[in-house]
Amino acid sequence: MKRMRFAEAIESALAQAMAADSRVVILGEDVHTLRRNLYVRFGKDRVIPAPISEAAFLGAGVAASMAGLRPVVEIMLIDFIGVAIDALLNHAAKLETFSGGRWTAPLVIRASCGGGYGDGGQHEQTLWGWLAHIPGLVVVVPSTPEDAGRLMLAALGHDGPVVYLEHKLLADYWLEYMGGSQRTGVTFDVPSKGVEGEVPEEWEPLPLGRAVVRREGSDLAIIGVGVGIHRAVEAAKVLEERGYSAHVVDLRCVAPLDYDAICQAVSRTGRLLVVDEDYQGFGLSGEIAAVALEAGLTFQFARVCTKETIPYAREYEEAVLPNVDRIVDESTKLFED
Amino acid sequence: MRQTSEPDSWLLYELMLRSRLFEEAVCILWQEGAISGEMHLGTGEEGIVAGVVSHLQDGDAMALDHRGTPPTLMRGVDPVSLLREFLGRSDGLCHGRGGHMHLFSPEQLAASSGIVGASGPTAVGFALAGKVLRPGSVAIAFFGEGATNQGMLLESFNLAVAWKLPVIFVCKDNQWAITTESPSVTGGDLLERVRGFGMPAVEVDGWKVDEVWRVASEGIGRARRGGGPSFIRAACIHLEGHFLGDHLVRIARQPAAELAEMSGPLLRSSVSAKGASIKGRVVSLLSIVGLIGKSFRERASGSKDPIAHTRRVLRSDSARLENLEKRVAEDVQQVVERALGDEVSEVAG
Repeated sequence: MKRMRFAEAIESALAQAMAADSRVVILGEDVHTLRRNLYVRFGKDRVIPAPISEAAFLGAGVAASMAGLRPVVEIMLIDFIGVAIDALLNHAAKLETFSGGRWTAPLVIRASCGGGYGDGGQHEQTLWGWLAHIPGLVVVVPSTPEDAGRLMLAALGHDGPVVYLEHKLLADYWLEYMGGSQRTGVTFDVPSKGVEGEVPEEWEPLPLGRAVVRREGSDLAIIGVGVGIHRAVEAAKVLEERGYSAHVVDLRCVAPLDYDAICQAVSRTGRLLVVDEDYQGFGLSGEIAAVALEAGLTFQFARVCTKETIPYAREYEEAVLPNVDRIVDESTKLFED
Repeated sequence: MRQTSEPDSWLLYELMLRSRLFEEAVCILWQEGAISGEMHLGTGEEGIVAGVVSHLQDGDAMALDHRGTPPTLMRGVDPVSLLREFLGRSDGLCHGRGGHMHLFSPEQLAASSGIVGASGPTAVGFALAGKVLRPGSVAIAFFGEGATNQGMLLESFNLAVAWKLPVIFVCKDNQWAITTESPSVTGGDLLERVRGFGMPAVEVDGWKVDEVWRVASEGIGRARRGGGPSFIRAACIHLEGHFLGDHLVRIARQPAAELAEMSGPLLRSSVSAKGASIKGRVVSLLSIVGLIGKSFRERASGSKDPIAHTRRVLRSDSARLENLEKRVAEDVQQVVERALGDEVSEVAG
């Protein structure tokens, strides 16, 4: 096995797909800079820089996919989807139903997401639950380099719209792009097992909607996605020292949700804790609980999510975003009750 | 100064210099890690901001973009609370919860946004409220030329004209949308585009603060008298690129180190199999190198620096100039010391 960084894996999988299929194109703001290796290799007709016109170029990406291309439309930060949400909410997501299954929009919306570097809540949201709320959208959130590459291939192969979210603490070139290394004294809590790891020689797509167990355990199921998984594994080590065995499940996709994996983990442990960097209300954490309840399971439940607008100052931000301490505290309470 | 028809160059120079020195301090604090996140400075835009903001009065509003520091400072927001905001302190302007990209000051009706183009609708709404509640007031929208391809801004042009609102749209045009050359992704001529909405549009060199002041005086005067919106396109450069740590600026300043890191993957890509034709790859490669060269030449020239430009004019009275510069430097120094001090209680946990 070779090793790659998270972002390198995405690029490598994209390069493989672009070399194999001339219908795959990339479009978005600054892509000639952000994807300069692909831009140099595949040229400006396949890596297409766009003006700051998200509503237009995402809408165009949807239609281009309807007309035969397989576009990867880049929305630099998922927060900016607010400007262009109509293309997904009312068009890409509706097409298959409205056309009676006769037409689909096979595009990938690629965006960075997440916080932990002090930029404030207009640039640090995750929004995966908010997007997964819309029927017709697939939402993937990789947590390792291998998954990052394989889920990109899966997204490109899917016959409908897929939102592909790369967390900035995993695809850490974003921190660099935004000036990260140009100063001293600033540290980011980057999960080392997420930013770099083993990848296959040749990329094969992962099936969408299939979770994976990251750590075996018997007393408590911790379920989540993305950076939250790395925090959960860290928390599990602390819990182990306290005598609690935590089972960690990485969903990898927010939509479709892996119902079987959720139910198996919950029925095996009787305790469920969801780690979700997205907002707590009306989101993934409640949905996971509902899935287990609908399956008739009885269990204790807790969640560690983002409850409010992410504030700017690092200290406040740290308190608002899920972290290892919060996971350990909430998990421990489940054993005290 | 508001009552006169001629700009006071000394006053404008002082506004600009104060902002520049403040932001230079911000730059150092950011590099030392005392300020988190991204940092978009307005260094290079001061001529535009001073020329416009110096006309504003109580009841006027400002819709700001991600470079809100110069207008906020020039409008009279306490610089200590502003710097403390950047430092993430609970005694900052927004209690450390907004940061430099999300500055809000209700007293000055100043609101900023990190979403490109968002200052358009905001200024229209401020002007709508102003027309009803504060007749004779105006609203300013500051944005870059990169925002002029954003639908909500174009829609705002139309709204302001259709509702005849007192908005002055101020486009700070540096020709760059982050690392994309704006003309390469923009159709037609911007002034013609704006005039197509039925709005007067003028062009000015943004580094000539006196000229900006004059065109702003005309647009703001018209809006106050109920004559509706207008548009100013003011050319400028960004001395620090899009944000601190901008790759193009870094490469321009330390070409060997930065290019060594980048050229490996770039060259590998240009010889990989199964790509575009060799010519296509060379064109793509050259266009990246071209961007870097352009960025470097702009920065090396210095001729479009509004501070340097005005300074040349004021140099004839060197004693007064020296005095002013000394005083402003001392003031900013004090602001920084006070902001970093413990005079007000530390951040509560």
